[in-house]
Amino acid sequence: MAQGQAALLLLADGRLPAGGYAHSGGLEPTVQAGRVSDAAGLEQFLVGRAETTGFVAAVFAAAACERAVRDDIAALSALESELDARTPSPELRSVSRTLGRQLLRVMSTIHPHPHFALLGTAPHQPVVMGVAAAALGLGPRDAALAILHESVAGPAAAAAKLMRIDPFDVHAALARATERLDRLADAAANHADAPASELPSRGAPLSDIAAEHHRSWNVRLFAS
Amino acid sequence: MAKTTPPNEHRALRIGVAGPVGTGKSSVIATLCRSLSDEFVIGVITNDIYTDEDARFLRSEGVLPAERIRAVETGACPHTAIRDDVTMNLIAIEDLERDFAPLDIVLVESGGDNLTATFSPALIDAQLFVLDVAGGGDVARKGGPGIGGADLLVINKVDLAEHVDVDVEQMVTDAEKAREGRPVLAISRKRPETTSQLCDWVRQLHRAYADGSHAPVDPGPMAPHFHATDDGSHVHSHGGGHTHHQHGHE
Amino acid sequence: MYASSPREHSSHKYSPHEHSPREPVRRDQGARRPGAMSSRAVLTTEADVLARSRVGVLRSQGALVLRPAHPKESEPLTHRRREVARVMLAAGAAGPLGGDDYSLDVHVGAGSTLVLTEASAMLVLPGPCGGRSHMRINVYVGEGATFVWLPEPIIAARGCDHEHDVRVRLERGARLVMREETLLGRHREPPGDFRTTLRVTHDDTPLYHQQLCVGPQADGWRGAAVVGENGAVGSIIAVDPAWESGAPATSAFHSSAILAPLPGPGMLVSAVAPDSLQLRRRLSAGLDTLGAPWAPRDAPLPEPEGHRDEVVSETEHTGAG
Repeated sequence: MAQGQAALLLLADGRLPAGGYAHSGGLEPTVQAGRVSDAAGLEQFLVGRAETTGFVAAVFAAAACERAVRDDIAALSALESELDARTPSPELRSVSRTLGRQLLRVMSTIHPHPHFALLGTAPHQPVVMGVAAAALGLGPRDAALAILHESVAGPAAAAAKLMRIDPFDVHAALARATERLDRLADAAANHADAPASELPSRGAPLSDIAAEHHRSWNVRLFAS
Repeated sequence: MAKTTPPNEHRALRIGVAGPVGTGKSSVIATLCRSLSDEFVIGVITNDIYTDEDARFLRSEGVLPAERIRAVETGACPHTAIRDDVTMNLIAIEDLERDFAPLDIVLVESGGDNLTATFSPALIDAQLFVLDVAGGGDVARKGGPGIGGADLLVINKVDLAEHVDVDVEQMVTDAEKAREGRPVLAISRKRPETTSQLCDWVRQLHRAYADGSHAPVDPGPMAPHFHATDDGSHVHSHGGGHTHHQHGHE
Repeated sequence: MYASSPREHSSHKYSPHEHSPREPVRRDQGARRPGAMSSRAVLTTEADVLARSRVGVLRSQGALVLRPAHPKESEPLTHRRREVARVMLAAGAAGPLGGDDYSLDVHVGAGSTLVLTEASAMLVLPGPCGGRSHMRINVYVGEGATFVWLPEPIIAARGCDHEHDVRVRLERGARLVMREETLLGRHREPPGDFRTTLRVTHDDTPLYHQQLCVGPQADGWRGAAVVGENGAVGSIIAVDPAWESGAPATSAFHSSAILAPLPGPGMLVSAVAPDSLQLRRRLSAGLDTLGAPWAPRDAPLPEPEGHRDEVVSETEHTGAG
């Protein structure tokens, strides 16, 4: 029996009160631009996101977890700056730090751990996820999987508010993505102990472009 | 109540302002800021559904320095942001208190939603719930956690009552009955004597908060559901622990 | 994945003999194709006592031919300046083809200015016996030096298997403007497997590190999160020490292109487009937004009617799907 499954479900649950519900993972501007308009387009969007920015976030969550397990909190600052360099959109850097701060606020309240006080005021979300996973007794692969789950479940949940779409079609796409997420989590965990500068950097140009457009809007449903 | 706020004896009094769309929450906040800004240093957090329009409205009213009015984006879940998942609002309040210390009062405006949304005591110390006469005279009688359990119920726009055929006295009586004696104020910003009662209530609350005699009260979970049946209406509650289903996944 | 750290911390004193590529030199799955080409080129510049830039080492090999050049197009930063070194990279052979291994080392010495252009687009093709092709470019820009790098697009042809890896290391006080453009297949063909990575560091701090993976082995890249149905994707990175104290503002100047500050004294223009011409226009428009000296003083190419950026909602079609 795998250990820590209940803790992983706690961490990955969209109902964890860390403010994730206010974000669409870039789906709102993508739908608005006409780039996604049906279930097939949504599924391709989710796959592309998991394979690029989701995977990079997972790698950094795994790496942060690995360092937290070793009590090497000083090593997290290199992860922070390397993740900055892998997030070309300033809006997405800001969103990641906002979500990180919110997750940190929740975790330090519901499951206090000395590491949380050492993370600064607004660390990147994957870094907090990694440290939180370690605090809950989880490992790098768990941290990676939690982030990967959120990277697709967040925009999938937003889809029903943004598109004319059957919610069962949305979850069918998520069901088809489960093997992919497991595979990506394995791959991410394999990078966990690599030097920060060598971690993967798969980018998603349209996500950066969409995020910068979104932040210029006056009227929007989601914060990102 | 689990204390989610870091211990800070000197933090501001946090007052939530909830109520349905269009009842005048922003207007009530503007009135409070305008009337009380000589006595208290006030900050405002707005929760909008689509935009930061409420924050813009308040800034344009000029009732407070613009930087003391901040907006939280709620991803179309305004009720979640004040009750189930208050983290964004909590951080916004703490930032405001830190940036403009010492603040005396922070007013948190909920996104206009429906009759069921109330603030969690994890977020605020006291809340007022705003109805207006234009929403119909029977709204107060219907009850619900906001109407029944908020620290103060405000019935707004009473100057319009004669135009919408609402008996204000009856509405107040209904509300007082639903609230089992908790205070009700009928106000209009066109009748200064009514808004000064509202300001007095806030002054009194601040005194109680400052001397430690105020205890936050949770108005309770979501409203019981109404089911119209052939033999009339009856009400049943879904129990104390039940909150609105999974806003994070809507 | 890449041993970039040791290089980043190596001495900035350059020796042409120490430029051996990072490990591993070859990662082809199959045996090396007979006739596969290994080309190593080296280019260095230095400033003389009068602050004029001159080329030091100019070593061509095989497919990589370096030669002194004249201004080719409107240049940001160096437009019509005569005291800068200008070099053009030309292809001495078709390719790279599968199995080929190219590397280019560029060392812009302290205080010197180098403009590097390219004679033509680089077409990446499969080899006759399969195998992966590699191109590694290492750039070092010394203190007070300026590197203007305006290569032509790289075209990922059907069936290719190519790994493109560019590392740019800037000393504090260095200036950079570089363009990268990738065309996803030739006309009406899908691209082969193509992975391109660009890492830029400034004062040993990472500024930009992005990889793009397309082709049959990559998933989801045709989705709307990555490149969608576009046939071309590219960026311009500009770095100026003056931006240490505050970068220019973000601008979402086109529905498919943005100008945005990087985490450090750099700006990024990022764009996708149906084709190469529109990609170039969008990238140039982003650089123009920065004003002088980034915008060349010659008038920019006008965007033709129908491609202007008023419409946020757009559908882009390309033959390269």
